[in-house]
Amino acid sequence: MCGIVGLFLKDSRLEPQLGQLLSDMLITMTDRGPDSAGIAIYGPATEGKAKVTIQSAKPDIDFADLERDLAEAGLPARVALKSTHAVIAIAAARLADVRSILAAIRPDVRIMGSGDSVEIYKEVGLPKDVVARFAVRSMSGSHGIGHTRMATESAVTTLGAHPFSTGSDQCLVHNGSLSNHNNLRRELIREGMTFETQNDSEVAAAYLTAEMAKGKDLGQALTSALDDLDGFFTFVVGTKSGFGVVRDPIACKPAVMAETDRYVAFGSEYRALVNLPGIESARVWEPEPATVYFWDHQKAA
Amino acid sequence: MPVIDLATTPLRELNKALHNIQRGSNDLTYEVANPRGSHAVAVGIDGPVSVDVNGSVGYYCAGMNDGGTITVHGSAGPGVAQNMMSGTVVIEGDASQYAGATGRGGLLVIKGNAASRCGISMKGIDIVVHGNIGHMSAFMGQSGHLVVLGDAGDALGDSLYEAKLFVRGTVKSLGADCIEKEMRPEHLQKLAELLEKAGVKDVRPEEFTRYGSARKLYNFNIDNADAY
Repeated sequence: MCGIVGLFLKDSRLEPQLGQLLSDMLITMTDRGPDSAGIAIYGPATEGKAKVTIQSAKPDIDFADLERDLAEAGLPARVALKSTHAVIAIAAARLADVRSILAAIRPDVRIMGSGDSVEIYKEVGLPKDVVARFAVRSMSGSHGIGHTRMATESAVTTLGAHPFSTGSDQCLVHNGSLSNHNNLRRELIREGMTFETQNDSEVAAAYLTAEMAKGKDLGQALTSALDDLDGFFTFVVGTKSGFGVVRDPIACKPAVMAETDRYVAFGSEYRALVNLPGIESARVWEPEPATVYFWDHQKAA
Repeated sequence: MPVIDLATTPLRELNKALHNIQRGSNDLTYEVANPRGSHAVAVGIDGPVSVDVNGSVGYYCAGMNDGGTITVHGSAGPGVAQNMMSGTVVIEGDASQYAGATGRGGLLVIKGNAASRCGISMKGIDIVVHGNIGHMSAFMGQSGHLVVLGDAGDALGDSLYEAKLFVRGTVKSLGADCIEKEMRPEHLQKLAELLEKAGVKDVRPEEFTRYGSARKLYNFNIDNADAY
């Protein structure tokens, strides 16, 4: 069992409240999974800039003088600290260099995600503590997803928590368990993907990244996932401008969606949605099995 | 009429109150405010109490109901009226997966749609769905009736025993050992009775198709291995 939530705003006036709304949704789902929690927020992007969210088990040591050491390594950056995580802002053109430079100067630091707008925070612990630690309530953005985990397939660690990000501005949360993830991981490694964990959900994220790298949009990638992934899954996926949901054909894992003129929301249970503005008059429905749902800010515009 | 507000009263107090109604009591009508998706609302009722739930509920609402009348003025999460023994449960909105699962008696009316596995392993319950039902509904249904005014999803009545299924719309596919059957006068009569009990008007029993068990998979037979 796990709890997943997602919120995609159509009305930009709600953007300052994204962190607040998503935090409440995630905390309501605490009893679906108290092991660890994580959240991905798609915040405002700055032209020509990229963000990298990193995590360290020893933030006092790893994050000390990080800005200076990055500059010395030839990567001018601004580093914003948030507890065990830090967000590094760099020129977008240098995004490809970050991994190798960090591996050289801070080998113990883990990259949570990167892109123009996404920031990803995840830790072991209860959602309320994770949300407070990273001041998620104060964050604004256009869309976001969250996860509270009850581990079944791999260890309870920070890296095993969701969301998983395997591509720029992409992330995924998963409720369920995949049965062909080992095979698929081998195939994806052959195609050049890299993996940080033994987690099945990371394979799903990497699969979608690989499909989108072949030119598919999020909706098309999710459609192929229905053919290529075996097991139980409800996925909620974010891209820079998109938000998608898909359930496996058996659809055991619960899912409820709500849509108004102002937002599209996802929750493992209706409970997660009850504090959203205008929920009383929202269209509320259960997503159909083996059916891809996705919304895109750019395509709508 | 007691009104229990779940925004201020713990769920256990509601259910305890519903379980502790003394015989001969006059206060047999309860109202529940602010359920906000709570689990296990009004479970385990074992008397002729009437409960109106004003809003949507989460998992297992009205489970094990024995003689109560529970109306949800909203939608219901997974497992509504699971293992009902007797009484009536009405959902004004939609119901999530496995509505009425393993029910042994009583009437479950869903005025919206029901999701997958509606009436799975039903054992005597009658279920009337005004809208559509999802895949694998009435799986291994043993007895009782499932009436669907809309369409049914994939694998309707898979591994069915003696539950009787009536669908007015289309059936996406039938499960193993489930077949279309002739509608005889006694079926039309039963269907008319169920439609009336469920408050369905302007729909005639003749508009439905009956499905039931081909009775080929009751006992293991090696020649049927492909069908299991």
